[in-house]
This record gives sequence, structure tokens and C-alpha cells, in this order.
Amino acid sequence: MESIIERINQGKFWHFHGGIHPPEQKAITSDKPIKQLSLPKQLVLPLQQHIGRQGDLLVEVGDKVLKGQALTQSSNPMAVPVHAPTSGTISAIKKSVIAHPSGLSELCLFIDVDGEDTWKKREICQDFSRLSRQEIITKISDAGIAGMGGAGFPTHIKVNTKPDINFLIINAAECEPYITSDDLLMREQSEAIVDGIKILDQLLNPAFILIGIEDNKPQAIKALQQATKHIEKMKVCVLPTKYPTGGEKQLIKILTGKEVDSGSLPINAGIVVQNVATCYAISDAVINDIPLIRRVVTLTGKALSKPQNFWVLLGTQVNFLLEQAGFINEENVPKSVQKTHQSSPPVIMGGPLMGFSILNEQVPIIKTSNCILAPSKVEMPSAFDNSSNEVECIRCGQCADVCPSQLLPQELQWSAKAKDHQQLAKLNLFDCIDCGACAYVCPSQIPLVQYYRVAKAEIRQQQQLDLKSEKAKARFEARKLRLEQEKIARQEKHEKAAAARKAAMNKKSADGGTASSAVAAALARVKAKKAADQKKAEAVDSNSNTQDSIETSEKSQVKAAIARAKAKRLANEQNAKPSTESNNQDNVVDDKKARVAAAIAKAKAKKAAEKESSTIEEVPSVAVQSTSTEADDKKARIAAAVAKAKAKKAAEKKSSTIEEVPSVAVQSTSTEADDKKARIAAAVAKAKAKKAAKKESSTIEEEPNVAIQSTPTEADDKKARIAAAVAKAKAKAKAKAKQASTTNSEE
Amino acid sequence: MAFWIASSPHNHSKAETSALMRLVIYALLPGILVQWYFFGWGNIIHILLATSTALFCEFIVLSLRNKNNISKQLFDGSAVLTAILLGICLPAIAPWWISIIGAMFAIVIVKQLYGGLGHNPFNPAMAAYVMLLISFPLQMTSWQPPLILMTVDLDFANTANVIFSGFTKEGYSVEQLRTSVDGFTMATPLDTLKTDLGTGLTVLESIEKSVFGEYFAFGWEWMNFAFLLGGLILIAKKAIAWQTPFSFLLSLFLCSFIAYSISPDSSASTMFHWMTGGCMLGAFFILTDPVTGATSVKGRFIIGALAGLLVYLIRTFGGYPDGIAFSILLCNMAAPLIDQYTRPRTYGHNSSDKQEEVK
Repeated sequence: MESIIERINQGKFWHFHGGIHPPEQKAITSDKPIKQLSLPKQLVLPLQQHIGRQGDLLVEVGDKVLKGQALTQSSNPMAVPVHAPTSGTISAIKKSVIAHPSGLSELCLFIDVDGEDTWKKREICQDFSRLSRQEIITKISDAGIAGMGGAGFPTHIKVNTKPDINFLIINAAECEPYITSDDLLMREQSEAIVDGIKILDQLLNPAFILIGIEDNKPQAIKALQQATKHIEKMKVCVLPTKYPTGGEKQLIKILTGKEVDSGSLPINAGIVVQNVATCYAISDAVINDIPLIRRVVTLTGKALSKPQNFWVLLGTQVNFLLEQAGFINEENVPKSVQKTHQSSPPVIMGGPLMGFSILNEQVPIIKTSNCILAPSKVEMPSAFDNSSNEVECIRCGQCADVCPSQLLPQELQWSAKAKDHQQLAKLNLFDCIDCGACAYVCPSQIPLVQYYRVAKAEIRQQQQLDLKSEKAKARFEARKLRLEQEKIARQEKHEKAAAARKAAMNKKSADGGTASSAVAAALARVKAKKAADQKKAEAVDSNSNTQDSIETSEKSQVKAAIARAKAKRLANEQNAKPSTESNNQDNVVDDKKARVAAAIAKAKAKKAAEKESSTIEEVPSVAVQSTSTEADDKKARIAAAVAKAKAKKAAEKKSSTIEEVPSVAVQSTSTEADDKKARIAAAVAKAKAKKAAKKESSTIEEEPNVAIQSTPTEADDKKARIAAAVAKAKAKAKAKAKQASTTNSEE
Repeated sequence: MAFWIASSPHNHSKAETSALMRLVIYALLPGILVQWYFFGWGNIIHILLATSTALFCEFIVLSLRNKNNISKQLFDGSAVLTAILLGICLPAIAPWWISIIGAMFAIVIVKQLYGGLGHNPFNPAMAAYVMLLISFPLQMTSWQPPLILMTVDLDFANTANVIFSGFTKEGYSVEQLRTSVDGFTMATPLDTLKTDLGTGLTVLESIEKSVFGEYFAFGWEWMNFAFLLGGLILIAKKAIAWQTPFSFLLSLFLCSFIAYSISPDSSASTMFHWMTGGCMLGAFFILTDPVTGATSVKGRFIIGALAGLLVYLIRTFGGYPDGIAFSILLCNMAAPLIDQYTRPRTYGHNSSDKQEEVK
């Protein structure tokens, strides 16, 4: 940072790429002082004159307002109030054409001026250094100050930042041709401007304050140097004249050599940039308690006989100003000959390079209007020319040479014409600052900036649509998730209720409880026996014909799986009806297992389904048909895998119940590795089952015990069950992995 | 009162494509004058023939394409410039139909079929030249020596006769016109050198011949000098970018310098390469054609260097004595690719961003 200051002290600056030197035409107005205007009859105040939101109305039609009285207030930090520029009566609140390139209508306050110019009560503050930070920010915010250089960003937000500020840059470049409002303001009000800068200094406490000014304003430079003579921190930096030096990013580059990252704000680089006119408004607001109700406007152009800078009240309509400046309509042809607006000349709000032509003379001056330009046909023929002179681009590259953002305007133009939004993004369209340098130099006279504006608008629209659909999607997903969670919660509730009932039952009659568990154990034993018998029979079969047995065993496994699934469903149904369940204690125990398994299975299925659905959603719509068949394939495969896994699981369950099964499996299954795993799993499961059986038997032996003891056994039961479930899950996972590998190899 | 609505910027530098084209044509004038002084009326007749053909073809195609405002496009100077460049490149006593076919090919096929001004991937004049050279090798190599070295007095009427009928009023054929006093057929210096080196002569022995004149190449050197002058005017007027000719000439200089240092007997001098053939015309007027060239600054350097290298390689190792047209067409092909990879870094995008984008 020190090196930056050293360089500046030596009068050396950095350069930004490109830039142009259009005829300056500042001499038209720069030699005359700022003139005070008589009060106009009517003022039109748009509620929104800046970036952000409009405030809430404080007045109604018919209200008498005093000069400086706030007409709107803001609850939103991005809103900035507007004030009555003079005393009068609110005559209407309605939509009217505002100063905007689109010529759209917005809500405006109409004030009938009473001509007395009566002030509201003001509190003049002589020593702003005594004010606290918050007080100053409130004053700035209440005064309705928004950036007066062009964009109109609310100033109180810009100055209300915490991080360390290295540089406060005051933008006094005024690089656009014709405009001299800042120049004149600096010459006439340099002390007030410096006061404003001091206030900013107090707020931001920057390491250095740099005032960037182009060398075509010698008197303003002198005035500023005079005013800042005794302030070590402030440096008046005289820059070579080049358009667009006054662009925020360009000015930062010239003064500090730094570049503001794309899509980021200067504040992130420790830099705050303020316009000189804003500084003046700040000092007026903080010291004199004058809200932002007037500004300097340059009325210039060869179509005016008396071009000059004026102090203009906000809301003054352009026709009043043009009258004051002696507007000559060049083609004063008789009305009968005038057909279209062909004969009416352009009137531009802002400079010739970035200003916009206004729709009609009713348009009012707002906080950001610094110039009204009425050119003659001789000096600016292209502003009059409706028929486009555009010819084909010959890729001369002059646009790229002058682009201050180092873009490739010629390539952007092609992509904009082709509506290739991806390519436009790649070429960094949104780094374009609309300065118009490219269109100014284009020998093919292509309205490049217009193409970019249209493309930007299209992309923004598309982004909004995308955002909308994304939001809708998120909403849908959230709803799905919510429904699912509700379902799970409901199930949990049911389970809890069932457990509570069971506990209550056990408590009621300890005998009954233990008896029921004994019954359950007996039932299980019976089941095991039955299964063993079945298996034995199968084993005999398999011994006689291995090949057949595989098929039959598989079939039987599948059948078993189906049966189990049915049982599960039944159990679930029973769960749903707790009244039936309460009768049968056995069922409760079995049900629980089944329910947990079912819940797990369901959850898995859901997950899989979700995954599938998400993949389907992600598939571009272009390839809908082909991918949908693919997805179906996938689904089918996944379903098959799930079915197979279930079959395996069923097989394992069987093996766990019977000791002989492993040997049968050895003979019947084809791959040994598979068997081993199955065997191991089976052995583990068996061991666990035995343990569980033992425990159960022990509980049977200890039958006469009290109810208190029955609860731990229940807990043990649970443990055993959980262990079994874990074993099962592991086996399943293995089976799945196997399945996956085999399907892969098949493919 | 409603005002006139227009999009910003409202001001314009008042530059026009046609003005740019006119400036380029004016900058060609010194070269054309020198060519006229040394080689007679032939090229001027060809320029006139090519220009009228080009304008006629342009008019027909624009009408067929239903373009409005035809007269403006017709006289934007691009067709005329193409025709003039082609006319300058042709051998002065080539038959009349050479320039007619060339101009037709340049305008109809190379320019308009690709979409007209601004959309042609190849320089029309060079593409037409190459087409002619390949299709009509005899006519396209019937280079006449400078007037002073000729035995026949070739005035305007005689030249016109040769171009339109193949014989002078006295009945000399093109072949006879090219014969020197001692009975040899004279070719361009580049051609002569190439042939001589092929037959085992050293460069020093070869340049003793009269076509090389006092310095490098009799007549040609002054023509190249005049085109250099015109090119410098264009650079001064910012009509063309200086990077392309600079890197082209530097690259050609380096290539020939290296070869000359290694083997001075079989390599022509650096200045010989600069001052013969279409070197300066190519460097300042054809390679700088914005439509077919690279637009980025880095890209211009690369294109120029590549063209210089190719010219040297074709002149030294290729089958044709001069390689300007071929190397320019090859560079035209490479230009879009070069542009793709030499995009400048946009303000606020640091270099790492760019690398990511490339990936």
C-alpha cells in the first residue's frame, strides 16, 4: 500500500485497458457558473429514484408539505426516502413516466408548488465530529442520499461497513463528454465537498483518501488542492483524460493498480468509491440538515441557445429546464407536415455515451440525473438516425482494443445474435459495464451495447425462470420428505404404544408375561423343527439330483421370501389395528421383528426409489425416451437384485435354523466361495440363535421369578433379536455385493 | 411532444467500414505505381478487369440473396479491394480470362457463398490466386521481366494486345516476350534462384543474373519498398494492427538469417526474402485482413510468426517459388483456433480463473 502512495506522490498511475477519446465538448458549459432557477409550477417526484426499493408513502393527496419534509419513509434498509423539494400541496399520486431508459411509468407524487419555499424545521450541526457514527449514518439515511454518479446505490449502506478500508476514492473524474456538473460543483463548493469527505473519513476511517480527477478540469483541480492543502490523508490525483476513467472499476485500477474481482464489490478489496456530488450532499445533510432535494444538472448540446449548469430541484420536469436553456427545435416545420416523431429531436438524459434518450418532456429530474443533452443534428447525427447503419462485422478488433473490461465485443456480438447464452457467459458478458466504447468506435456501426443489453435481459429472465423451477422442485422434494417423516413418526408412535401396552400387560400379570414368552419359545422350536423336516426332505432330493435341487431350493427360497413378505404385510396390517394385536402376545413379539425388518426394507426401497427418481429428474429432457428405457432397465435390475438378496436372506435364515443345512448347501450350490460366506454367516447366526435359545430356556427355568426379572429377559430377547438382525443385514450386504459383481461380470 | 428514442451510445466516431477499405486502397497506390513503372500496364489492366468483374458478381449475388441496400454494400470497398489485390498479384501479361475467373471465384465462391463480408474464412484474393495457380500453372507463371530488360517495347496498346490476344502488335508471343537478349527465358528472381540452386549454382553465382539487378531483385525491391511504405501509413492511421506484419517480418527474417548463417552458399539473404515476391504486400495488406486473421493481440503475433515460418519453408523447400498465398491460406485456417486460445484476460478475472475455463 505504501508503494501505491509513493507512486501516486510521484504522479504515476496505472492504466486500464482500452478507452476512447471522444470530443469532450465540455467548453459549452464549463465557462458559466451554476445558475439558480426560479421555482417551477409543478414537481413530479418518483417514489423510487435509486437502486433498491421504494419507501412507504407518508402523505396523501391534498396534504400541504414543507420544503425538506420527508414524503416517504423506509423500513427496508435498501429503501431511501424522498423529500419535498419545496413547499406546496400534493395534487396527485399516480403513475407517470419516469427517467428510465425503458420509458416505463411508476408511481409519482405530484406537488403543486406554492411559491413560498417554506422550510421545515431544521437542526444545523456546526461540529459533526461530535456526532456518533450511528448518528451520522442515520442523518445520511434520512436525507435520502443515493449515489449521484449514476447507479444510485443507497449511500448509507455503502458507508456503513465494518472491515478495514484502505482507500476511500472520491470519483471526480467526470469522464463523459459534455457533462460539467461535477466540475462546476467542485469549483464553487470545494469546501463543502471536502467537509463531506471529512464526514466519510470519520465514518470509514480509511488509510488514504484519493480524489481522482481528469486533467481537463484545471480550475476544479486547483480548488480541490486549495481545500485539501492541510489534510495529509487526502490526495488529489490528476489523471489523464480518457473515457471511461470515471467508471468505478477503472478508477480503482488507475489509482491503486488493483482490480475488483468479477462479481465482487470494491468494498471486498477494502475500497469505497463515492462521487463528489454525493460528498456535497452528505455535507449538506449532516451539517445543514438539508435532505437531498436538489442537484446540479448540466443542460448542454447545440440545440440549446443558453446551455448552462443549473441548480435543479428534484422533480423538475425536463420541459421546464429546456425552456430555461433556450431549446431550439431545429425542424420547426408546420404541424401539418409533422407526421411522426421523426421531426422531434432526441433529448438525452445523461451523457452521449451512457445516457438514454427520454420518452417525452414530462420526465422529471431525479437524484441520478446529471445532464440533459439536446444535441443538434450536425453534432450528433447518429442520435437522429433511426435507420440502422449497421453493416456486417469485419472483425477489425477495434472494439476489443478499446474495451475497458478487456472483453471481445465482436465475439460477444455474434453469440448475442445467436442467443448462445453459454458462450456469452464464457465470454464474460456480465463484466460488460455498458460504457459504449465499442459501439463508439465500431466502423460497421453495429449497436453493440444494445445487443448486449438485450442478451443480458434474456439471460436474467432465463435465470429467474430457472430459479422458479428450482424452487418448485425443492418445494416438492421437501413435501415428499415431510410426508415420509410423518409416516415414520406415525409408525414409531404405534410401536411405542405397543411396547407400552406390552409392558403394562407384563406388569399386570407376571405369570402371563413369562408364560407368553415361553409360548413364543415353544412356537419357535416347533417352527424350527418343521423347517428342519422340510429341509431334510429337500436335502434328500438334492442328493439325488443336484442340478434339480438348486432350482427347487431356489424356488422354495423365493416362495419362502414371498411368504415372508406376505407375513410381514399381514403383520403390518395388524400393527395398524392395535386392538387385534393386544389379544395375541406372541404376535407382538414376532410382529416387532417383522415390523423392524419391514421398516428397514421399506426405507431401503424408498431410498432406492428416491435415487431413481432423482436420476430421472436429472436426465435432460432431450434424451427422455432413451434414458427412460435405461432407467427402466436400471429399475428392473435393482428390483432383481433386491429380490435375489431377499431370496438369499431367506436361505440363510433357513440355514440358521437347521444344523444340517450347510452340508446341503455345499452340495447344492455351485460356487464354493459363496457357500463359505453363507456358512460363516449361518454359523454366526446359529451361535447367536443358540445363545438366545439358552437364555430363553433359562427364563423358562426361572419361571417362578417375579415380574421385575421378566423385563431384563425381554431386554435380552431384544438383544438377541438385534444381533440376529445385524447378522442378517451383514449377510444381505454380502449377498448384494456378490450380486453386483456377478451382474457386472454378466454385463 | 414525444422525443426521439435511441439506444446509447448516442455519439459515434463516424468511422465507417467503407472508409477503412478506401484507406487501404489508397495505401496500395504507391506500390501499384512502382509496379506500373517497372512492369508496365499489365497489372493495371488486370486490376480494372478484376474490379469490374468483382463488382458485377457482387451485384448479382447480392440481388440473388435479396439484400436490401445493395448499392451501399456494393460500394463498401471490400469487393474492389479484393479485386485490386488479385490484380496486383497476377503476372502482368497473363491472359484476360485469368483475372475474370479469379475475381469471379474470389467474390462468388470464397466471399459470398460463405455469407458475404465478414463471414469468409479465407482471404478471397489469396484463395483465388491459389486456385488460379493450381488450375492454370502455365499462365500463372508467365512472369514478364522488368521493362528495361525486355527486348520488346511494351506500351499500353501492346500490353492490352498481349493480354487479350496473346500476341503483341508485332506478333511476339508471351514466350518471346519473356526471352532475354541472350536467349534465356527470364523468370522472377525467386524462381530464378530456386532453379539455379537446383542446378547446383551457389547463391552468389545466381544473383549475378540481370533479374536480380543491383540490390536484391530488380524492380521487385522497389515494389516491396512501396508496399512497406503504404503499410506503415496504414499502421500510423491505425487502420491495421502492427503486430501481424511485425511478427511476420521478424519471423521471416529470423528463419532466413539462421539458414544464411549456417549455409550462406545455398541460402538467400534476409533482405532478399524481405524484398522479393509478395512479401510486403502479404505482410501489410493481406495477412492483416481482419476478417480472416486473428483478433486478439497475442493471436496476431502468433499468426504473423506462423506465416513467416511457412513462407520461408515454402520458398526454400516447397515446389513453388513464392509461398505467400499458401501460407496465408494456412494461417486463415488456423486463425479461429488461435483466437480461441488467446482470449485476453477480462478485468477482474485472475489467471487461475482462465485456466479453469480452458479445462
